[in-house]
Parts: sequence; C-alpha cells; structure tokens
Amino acid sequence: MRDLREFSVRGAALPEPEGAEWSAAWDDYLHNRDNPAGESRELWYHGQGCGAWLVVTRDTVSHEIASAALAGAEDTP
Amino acid sequence: MRFSALRILKEGLTGNKGWQAHWRDAEPKPAYDVIIIGGGGHGLATAHYLAKRHGITNVAVLEKGYLGGGNIGRNTTIVRANYGLPGNSEFYSHSLKLWEGLEQDLNYNVMMSQRGVLNLCHSDGQRDAFARRGNAMRNQGDDAELLDREGVRKLVPFLDFDNARFPVYGGLFHGRGGTARHDAVAWGFARSASDRGVDLIQNCAVTGIDVENGRVTGVQTSRGAIKAKKVAIVVAGRSSQVAAMAGLRLPIESHVLQAFVTEGLKPCLDHVVTFGMGHFYISQSDKGGLVFGGDLDFYPSYAARGNLPMAEHVMEAGMAMVPMIGQARLLRSWGGIMDMSPDGSPIIDRAPIDGLYLNCGWCYGGFKAVPGSGDALAHLIATDTPHKAATRYRLDRFATGRGLMDEEATGSQHNLH
Repeated sequence: MRDLREFSVRGAALPEPEGAEWSAAWDDYLHNRDNPAGESRELWYHGQGCGAWLVVTRDTVSHEIASAALAGAEDTP
Repeated sequence: MRFSALRILKEGLTGNKGWQAHWRDAEPKPAYDVIIIGGGGHGLATAHYLAKRHGITNVAVLEKGYLGGGNIGRNTTIVRANYGLPGNSEFYSHSLKLWEGLEQDLNYNVMMSQRGVLNLCHSDGQRDAFARRGNAMRNQGDDAELLDREGVRKLVPFLDFDNARFPVYGGLFHGRGGTARHDAVAWGFARSASDRGVDLIQNCAVTGIDVENGRVTGVQTSRGAIKAKKVAIVVAGRSSQVAAMAGLRLPIESHVLQAFVTEGLKPCLDHVVTFGMGHFYISQSDKGGLVFGGDLDFYPSYAARGNLPMAEHVMEAGMAMVPMIGQARLLRSWGGIMDMSPDGSPIIDRAPIDGLYLNCGWCYGGFKAVPGSGDALAHLIATDTPHKAATRYRLDRFATGRGLMDEEATGSQHNLH
C-alpha cells in the first residue's frame, strides 16, 4: 500500500501517433478522451518514489485498482 | 404566482395556504422543437432564455434525476467576472451583468450577494500580474481595485499577513463579485421556464440520441422515444457519456473537485477570499458556515466524493491563509464531477451533427457562468450563430490551435487547469 501523494496521474494511457507532423491523430491523442465511467487504463508516475511510470487499470466510479504494471516504451509520454 | 412582499404578508396572515408548486412536473410529449438534455443550472437557464428572448417554448428539459440535483447543488456558489483572456473575459462580464438583474428577471430571490471577491498576491510578480488583469477588467467596463497590504488588512484583518513562506503583498478586489444561493438559481430558472410553457421532465434518463443522415431527429429515454428538431447536450459532469450516444468523442476528462463546510458561525468573513499561493478559496454562507475548497483530486473520477490527501492539503492551505478557521469544526465535505477541458475553458458550439448542440467543459467554473451560458446556448440554438459574448467557445479550437483560452498556461493536460 502506497500513499496517493507519491504519485501523479498523467491521464489515459494512449499510444502515441505515428509521425512528427501535426495531424488529426495528434489532435485526438492530445485532446480527445473516451473518459469512461468505469474501467480505465491510465498512466501514473511514481515521482515521490522510484520514478517509474505505471499503467494502472482503475475503476473511475469505485476508485478500485484492478492492476498496476510497469509501463512499456509504447506507453510512456 | 408572483412573489412580492405583499404576497408574503398576505400568505402569512392566511395560514400560507396559497403557495403553489413552483413548476409543473410535466409528462413527456411525443415531439418538441427543442430538447435540452440536463435539468441543471445551465439547461434550465437555456430553457428560460429560449422562451424569453426567442419565443421558443415547445421545449422539453430532460433530467435523469431531479431538477438541480447535480453540480448546481454541489458548488461553492461564487459569482465573478475577473478573467484575463479574451473569450473568457467578455463572456463572464456578460454573465455577471445577467446575474445583476436576475432576481428581477426571474421574480425569484436567488440571494445574490455582491460581497466582493478578493484575490490575494504573495510576490511582486503576482502583484504585477494582478495589476495587468485588473486593468484589463476595468478596460472592458468591469470593476477591479488593486489593494496594497494595508488595503487588504482593512477588509480581512485576520489573515496571516506575515506567513514565512507566503506573506500577503496585496490583492485584487472585484467588488461586484460575490455569491448566490445555488439551489434557488436552479429553481428560479425552472419556474420561469415552466411558466413560459417549457416542459420540465424529471426522472427521464436519455439512453440514446437518434441521428439520421447526419441530422439529429430525437432521443431515446427511459420514458420512451421523443422526437425533436434540435437537441442540446447540457450535462457537464457526464458530457462524454451522453455525447458518445451520438458517436462523439469529446476533449473532456471527468475529475472530482471537493468542497467543505464548517459548522455555522457568527458573521466573520465578509467576502470571498482566494489564496494566491495554493488553490484555496473561502467564503461564509448566509447560514454561517465557512464554505471552502481547493484543487482537483487530479485522477479521473465519476465518484462524487474525494480522497483524504486533497482534504488535508486544502486544510493546510486554509490554515496558512486564515489561521482562525482552525477553531471551527468541519461539518461535511462532498465532491462534484467536473468536465475538464484541455485549455480550462468551456465549449458552447454546434456539434458536427446537424441540430445537435454542445454545452460542456466548464471545468470548475460553471456556477458563475449559468446565466451567460444559458443565454449564449439559447442564442445559438435559436439562430445557429454564436452569441457575441461566446464566439470563442468553439469545439474545433483544440484541433486548429486557434483561440485557445488557457488562463493558467498549463498546456493541454486536462487535469492541470
């Protein structure tokens, strides 16, 4: 069990679009969200701890955490 | 039924038997010209202005619970027009002017109290920024007064002026700002809209939005299908779910914001006061409770309750600014769900589907916007052109990058606004 204050949340864990040019895909990635009421896959950063990025599967209604795993290169911002 | 002092006197002398329900509890009809999804402050205000300004009264407001049971009943009741950026500044200026005539317009006591909003500054840089913002406010005809330390002390002598980390340097005082009775705002708009012929339909959850050939044709609800030429989604807190029924994915993340109130105390805090070095603000309700709040809990949430770390942070910020509140006992706390947008500013615009309108993304500033938002959305629905005070609240500003209104310059991350 860790204190919430050790973490900051980045938001939904989304794959970064291909290419460096501005596109509809980048707009979607930066701004638009499914914003589910229920299970959500999110990026959390353990900034006041080990510095790891985590992919946390969490329920946005009950706040229950189903799983947490180290983020892979495809997930990190 | 009109309210007046004479009426109160008469009812008092005759056993209060003449009061009637403030609005009709309507049954859904098969079709309307306009359906407003959401019977909160913004939806009810939209119905009022549609009927009053545009003569459009074949309107239904669909509410899944009871009228005013969402964020209009869960906020900290602050009214102000002290924004800095074009787009926001003229909109909130317009909204405040509507607030100032609201009780007469609605014939309803919304307990509008222009007690003044005082933003504190704690550094030279912050004071310079306040001077600039105050000048911008005055230039557009609103009021602002830059106070030095002694000026602040005259208003609120009980602050911790010599706090070691955050000494009070001065403040920006916006005297026309203040508070209003949040529930009464919903009830007043509901009564006015109902009196003008709008159907207010409670316990009617929208379960689908019907779209044919790129045009909206009506909605599916828990009480059957209802046809409509135009449909407006006015459900901040649940915008993403309702918009998804029309196949839309919005630039919104939902977050929980907590608020707190103490036991009732004798009058001790005459204004709304905000802390410049942490997210903390406080006022005293007419009932005597100190009402205060702080920042989001930061993680996406649809639970109307927050967690203890933010509660503790808010208490710490409060104690740093107003140490005297440490003697008060906390009565209760609650949370409301905020539509957080990528620039911290709202959206009042046509959706990419004909006849569908969006009013969302109010972040944690929706209450003061209620009259302005209703007026602007009613104008948009009636004329299909944006109201002149809300031309910049476009949905496409994120995609184009034009006209972003990022007051705190925190970038596109939803939870940082």
